Parts: sequence; structure tokens; C-alpha cells
Amino acid sequence: MPDNQNKLVVAASPHITSRYSTRMLMGGVCIALLPTLIASAFIFGPRVLLLTAVTVATCVGFEWLYCLLMKKTTPIGDLSAVVTGLILAFNLPPSFPLWMAAVGSLISIVVVKQLFGGIGFNFANPALVGRIVLQLSFTGNMISYSFPRNFGGVDALASATPLAAMGTGQNLPMIDMLLGTHGGTLGETCALTLLLGGLFLIATKIISPVIPLFYLGGTFVFKLVLSMGSAGSLSAAFAGFGGFAWNSLLYLMGGGLLLGAFFMATDYTTSPYTLKGKIVFGLGLAIITVAIREWSKTAEGVSYALLLMNLFVPYINALCRQKPVGVKKKKPAKTRKEAA
Amino acid sequence: MKGKTTNFGVFVNGLLKENPVLRLVLGTCPTLAITTAVFNGLGMGIAATFVLICSNMVISALRKLIPAQVRLPAFIVIIASFVTLVHMLIKAYVPALNDALGVYLPLITVNCIILGRAEMFASKNGVLKSALDGLGMGLGFTIVLVLMSAVRELVGAGTLLGFQIMPEAVSPLTVAILPPGGFFVFGCFMALAIFLETKMGNKPNVNLQCGACPSADNCPAKGVGEA
Repeated sequence: MPDNQNKLVVAASPHITSRYSTRMLMGGVCIALLPTLIASAFIFGPRVLLLTAVTVATCVGFEWLYCLLMKKTTPIGDLSAVVTGLILAFNLPPSFPLWMAAVGSLISIVVVKQLFGGIGFNFANPALVGRIVLQLSFTGNMISYSFPRNFGGVDALASATPLAAMGTGQNLPMIDMLLGTHGGTLGETCALTLLLGGLFLIATKIISPVIPLFYLGGTFVFKLVLSMGSAGSLSAAFAGFGGFAWNSLLYLMGGGLLLGAFFMATDYTTSPYTLKGKIVFGLGLAIITVAIREWSKTAEGVSYALLLMNLFVPYINALCRQKPVGVKKKKPAKTRKEAA
Repeated sequence: MKGKTTNFGVFVNGLLKENPVLRLVLGTCPTLAITTAVFNGLGMGIAATFVLICSNMVISALRKLIPAQVRLPAFIVIIASFVTLVHMLIKAYVPALNDALGVYLPLITVNCIILGRAEMFASKNGVLKSALDGLGMGLGFTIVLVLMSAVRELVGAGTLLGFQIMPEAVSPLTVAILPPGGFFVFGCFMALAIFLETKMGNKPNVNLQCGACPSADNCPAKGVGEA
């Protein structure tokens, strides 16, 4: 904002402006994503860095090119395309072909973001839609998860993701889940660094903790209730409570849930403004995620939950409006009727 | 319909200015559903054009005889007769197209382009003009279907009319022939039509403003681009 160009500013409200600029917020998100990137490069090998570089470069490049063609002012400086590129890369498996990743960038930036009006007008999280389109188009490449090369003694090994393992009744050890030494996409495996990044964003007030809290909490409770319900009898359900809770905790770290909860669900444009709205949004995400994971054949719980709830955001915003101080319930409706 | 009295004007009208799919937003359902392959798009376009011309002519010829109260059932009966004709012909001579179009072929009966032109044009104009209007609208419909299906088939399957165009090594972007891809391509073509019209110096009558949209109140982009 060029706020020192005019000494006397006459403008519409709001008059209180934040000390954060878009560039600062997006820079903060980049910093929060860095530990996961480093961990991922360590786990899956240096190709991770190449893939990430390609998505970031193509995202920024497509944004610049589109704005050049459409004669719009270039928004590269706000770093939002960099964040989109990073998150898109985090949603791809390590062996993903580079040109397909570039196609994902094209869809994220041009189709989802710029065609709908650029930053602030995208109908859903750009990186998320990029991921879903890639998933639908190049399913084979998107699900070829290789086992981390630095562990296990062999160079690469096809490996089941934690959720696939859970489906067959096995659980990966907690230490593997935390360190991310299991199959999956680039940025979803290492729970420890994702948590670190998320806490950094919350501590610097770049994101509000409400959505991740209710998303993760809701998923935990929902999964816990489901597994207790499947125990058979009430006594069996409570006898195995500790085990069920532990499994539900592992469930939170599987798949893209942490990545989605901290970095994708909290996208400013596609999440509700108010506290009430954020709670509804987080719980909705939790319910859809668990429902898809438990009762659907697709492995896209977090992606589709985010997409669906992104589309509901305008309605959540309209229904969860804050009441201005001093307004009494129902009175405005009555006076309007009388006036008419 | 004001001022377009020449026969040529009536014919050209349907190509871009009042293109049934892109500017009047009629016939969206078959457009999105069958434009997954050029063969289907072309077949659908020709079938619909034939029905459109014939029904426009018959309705125009009978327009003084049909009482206003029962005009819609009467139109539908006339349209349905021609659709049955086309359906039987396609079934007999191009069974592959019949299989590809499936239920959308008999559903031409309720295609809103055909009923729309009957109501908006044929019931008010002479036989020749109605035939030209049907031809123009049908061609506009066919062109859009073929272009849309060409884009979707090329991107989504790497082929055109069934021939491999893209190198085999390039995996097709399958999403283009799935429903979401249809909507994206459709939206891009609509924007292109408005862009072309502005380039030609016409002021496009954008009658689809935000007021027509049920989500307008909640839309962050409300009013953007409206005069």
C-alpha cells in the first residue's frame, strides 16, 4: 500500500490497518513451509528440491505471463504465487514428472486464480484444485509413492501410505509418523515439521488457530467415536479406549491432514471471516474428511473436504455474520416490515 | 429482434451475436454432456440443426393456426416428430453415433434452443426467415459443439476424431473430458465469444449480470466487470 504518498488520506472505513502486508504474510507462510521442505529433501532425496523449484518457478512464471498478456499490474511481489507453488509441490509424490507438475501450476495459477480475478477472488485454494486436477488426470503418477530412499537399506521401494496400511489393520509406529519416514507426497509425511510450521504461523498470528484446532480436533473425536462404535459392546469400547485414542492420533498424522489443516484450510480468501464461521468450517472439514476416508473408495479425504468447504465459504460467511454491538435480535426484520 | 430485417442478418445472428450456447446460454446440458469427442459434437450439432430447421419451418407455417394457449404442447409435438425421425435415421445408418449420444439424442426434443427459437422466432416470423434462423442457430450450436469437443478431446484424450494427435508419451489431461473440465472449457468459450464481439466493435449485451445469480450476495467478485 502506498500509504505515504498522500499525507492526508480520506478513505472509507476500515481506518485501522494491519501492520502486515500481503508480502509479509506470504513470506511468513514460506518460512513456515521451509522446515518441511528440508525434511522432505532429507527423506526423499534431492529430487524434491528440483520438483519444488519447478512448481514455484512455473507458478510465478505463469502469473507474470498472464498479467503481461492481460495488461494487469504484476502481483509477483506479494509472494502468493510462491506459496501456491510450494504447497502444490508438497501435494505431489516425489517421483512426479516435472512437466506434469508444470501443468498443475498452470491450472492453479491461471485457471483457478487469475481467471476468477486474481488474488482474493479465487473460488478455492489454487494449489488444492491443481492437486485435484492432477489426481484426476494423472492418477497413476500421483499415487506412485516411493519409500524414503535414505531409510530401509534400498534405494526406493513402493510403499503403502499410513492410511493404506491402516485400511489393512496395521499401524505404522509413531516415530515414523512424526519423522515422516514413510510413503506419501512430498510435504505431508513429516508431521513434526508441519506442526512446527503451523505453530510458527499461529505464534506470529499469520493464521488463526481456530480452523486447524477444530479441523484436527473434530477429526480426532469423530474417528475415536467411530472406532469405539465398531468395538461391539460398550465395555469393550471403554476397555480399548487408550488404543483407540492412540490410533486416532496416528490417523491425524496420516495423509495430507496436517498439511491441509495448517496451510491449506487457513487460506484467507477461501476460509470464513468470523469465529463462528471458522468453527463451522473446521468441523465441516473434519466430518467430510473422515466420511470420505472411512466410507469412500477414493483416498482423497482432505482434498475433497477442502474443496467442498471452500465452495461453502461464502454461505458460511453470510450465515455466521457478527452482530454489531447493541443490535437486538429480530428487531431489524420487524422495522423493515413496518416500513414496507 | 429489432432492426434485423434482412434475411442475411437473421442467418448471421445465431453465429456469434446471439449464439445459442455462448450468448443465450441455452442447450447447456447436451453441450456439457456430449462434447467429450469431436465425433459426438458434430453428430449432435447436425442432428439438432436438422430438427431446428424443420421444426422452425413447420411451426412458422402453422403459427396462425396454433391457439396461443396450447402453443407449447403443439410445438413439442412438432419437434418430437422430427426428433423421432432423426433418431430412427441415425439408429439405422450411424449406429455408432446412436450409441455415443445415448439418451441425449431423443432428448433433443426438450433442447431449449429448439423450443426457444420456436417461441421467440418461428411463431412470429415467416417460413423463409424461420428456416434461416434455424440454420444460423443450428450452425452456431454445431460450431461451438465441435470447437469445444475438439479442445476437450485433444487435451483430455490426445486425439481428434479418434486419431492420435498428441505423442503417446504425453499423458492426456483426463480432467478435460470429465464434467469439471467441461465447465472450465465452456466458461472460457463464453468469455472468448464476448471478447470477439467486443473486438468486432459490437457492444455485447451482457444481460447476465450479477443480479441474475442466486449467489451474488455472497460473492467476493460481485459487480466486478459490470458497467
